[in-house]
Amino acid sequence: MALLEVRNLQARVEDKEILRGLDLTVKAGEVHAIMGPNGSGKSTLSYVLAGKSDYEVTGGTATLEGEDLLELEPDERAAKGLFLAFQYPIEIPGVASMTFLRTAVNAVRKKRGDEELSTPDFLRFVREKAKELNIHQDMLKRPVNVGFSGGEKKRNEILQMSLLEPKMCVLDETDSGLDIDALKIVADGVNRLRAKNRGFLVITHYQRLLDHIVPDVVHVMAKGKIVRTGGPELAHELEAKGYAAYENAA
Amino acid sequence: MNAEVKMMRTAAETQYADALGSLPATGAIRDLRAKALSDFIEKGLPHRRVEEWKYTDLRVLMREMAPLADRPDASAIAEAKKNGVLANIGAREITFVNGAFAAELSNLKGLEKGLSISTLADALAKDPMLPQLLAGLNPSKYDAVYALNTAALNEGVVIDVAAGAQITKPIHIRHIVTGTKPVSVFGRVFVKAGKKSQATIVQSHSGPDAVAYQTNTVLQLSVADDAELDVVRVQAEGDKAIHLSMMIGAAGAKSRFRSFTLTTGASVSRHTVPFAFAGKDIRASISGATLLRHKQHADMTLEVDHALPGGESRELFKTVLDDETKGVFQGLIIVRPDAQKTDGRMMSAALLLGESAEMDNKPELEIFADDVQCAHGATTGALDDDLMFYLRARGIPKKEAESLLIQSFFGEAIEQIENEKIRDAVMLRAGKWLAERSVK
Repeated sequence: MALLEVRNLQARVEDKEILRGLDLTVKAGEVHAIMGPNGSGKSTLSYVLAGKSDYEVTGGTATLEGEDLLELEPDERAAKGLFLAFQYPIEIPGVASMTFLRTAVNAVRKKRGDEELSTPDFLRFVREKAKELNIHQDMLKRPVNVGFSGGEKKRNEILQMSLLEPKMCVLDETDSGLDIDALKIVADGVNRLRAKNRGFLVITHYQRLLDHIVPDVVHVMAKGKIVRTGGPELAHELEAKGYAAYENAA
Repeated sequence: MNAEVKMMRTAAETQYADALGSLPATGAIRDLRAKALSDFIEKGLPHRRVEEWKYTDLRVLMREMAPLADRPDASAIAEAKKNGVLANIGAREITFVNGAFAAELSNLKGLEKGLSISTLADALAKDPMLPQLLAGLNPSKYDAVYALNTAALNEGVVIDVAAGAQITKPIHIRHIVTGTKPVSVFGRVFVKAGKKSQATIVQSHSGPDAVAYQTNTVLQLSVADDAELDVVRVQAEGDKAIHLSMMIGAAGAKSRFRSFTLTTGASVSRHTVPFAFAGKDIRASISGATLLRHKQHADMTLEVDHALPGGESRELFKTVLDDETKGVFQGLIIVRPDAQKTDGRMMSAALLLGESAEMDNKPELEIFADDVQCAHGATTGALDDDLMFYLRARGIPKKEAESLLIQSFFGEAIEQIENEKIRDAVMLRAGKWLAERSVK
């Protein structure tokens, strides 16, 4: 069974059709990349999968391990194992990072039938994962993402991803706003999480990220659907030729 | 013929005039009481055409006066013993049950050097100047709550912190109402903080749910030069109560004053804070968090008056409104001509959770000096959808996600409390409110 199965997915924001019949299958252990011009609907796909209420699904299906995702609340999707790394991680003033992480980890564990982590166990767990991502303890003492640099915010997303132990990770333009060093740290973090029971959907505008997170499959998205699918070499072709051919097609 | 329009007296006004008029008039405060009662009889309860009470029409909200409370019997004392709030803050407790001083629930033993605590009656017997002091700390114009409180002046406590005394143990004045019958309860607290003294006063109000009792308390604060005074108030009255209160303060040069009020109780409440900057270079912070549910109505009204130069005032109020509640914040900062270099900042933020909740914000500045920095702001908003989505995308269920955001909203105000134990206890009470909240 496929891990993530998307069939003829259609969605809109207000009156604007954005996804127009998108098909996608990600098997466990695979890393898929979705590339495409601005406005092709890449971010919308990630939000629709995660359950953002501004988007109205007008047709099609999306399942995670055979279970209908579209019927679930965002937190239920997360508990089932879907994780969205945001393109623009939001600042939450007044909510301490540690409180946030602990609430999230324990909520997900509870839903999955695992025992909640005690404070010392949780602290140990966070420290270990934070260290791998070069996240300083001081950062975790601040409110969520408040005063974080672009790179820190993205690393924090990967930290959350590793703490929540998802099955299906969707990374929405995780490379945007990152310099090469930050990009490497983020990519290493993702690569460490690659596993045969876990799938990735890496959404990006540029091929650069895919030098570090090497995908198994590359899709090209244009005007709300997948218009071409190939291997990693497709990313290089797009880098060389650009998206012009796709912006007029489909 | 007399063409003057005379407003009809409401039942409550007549009942107040009768009940307070028949109280035995004793000793030194007789004149004070008589004057207050005649003021009340003339002017009555405020209504919506009185500017300061525009959003809290007391004539409508308080149709009847509940009968004056009897002196508490043993069962009332026993009930009060169980029902206080903020029990674990390591404070010296002074307790009033149904308005009467309860010696058995108060600790007046082993007072620190420089600290004197007396019941109002004892203090009046000792100090012939006290009525004048009390009368001097009054609102700038007629206020029905103050007039009624003064007309009923009988029970209370006088806390005197001598010059230079550093009282580290907080003094907790508890106003506890008991029983199942609606009663009217009055209370007066006078705190005199001497020069260079330091003290922390906690005032709490609690009582039974489902009983339409009425409380009226006035807290008067005289803060001398270079003194440092902290006040933390917790208004956790029963859910059918009407709570009327005032905190009237006057601060001397270079004094430091902080106050915080947590409001979670009463069906109708009004807290009025006239605070005078009566010396140079005073720093004062007046803050609060108000958490409302069902059909509660809570009014917070401030009048911060800078008369002399160099004052710094900070007011931060957070109001959370669930269901069909109504919140009122009126904040007036006055900067008089001599109050140059005043730095005043007032902020009232409201979070609307209920679709039929309403917040009325009225911040005002009256500035008569030219070299000042004053700012005020008022915001009203709902929980941010993007923040909610971010939290929920991390697996946090709706109610918990809302709780995290609501807590972060009011937490900023609670953070203003200096004393850590008290701050934690207040946070715990606010957390309890959140836990009881049902998610729509």
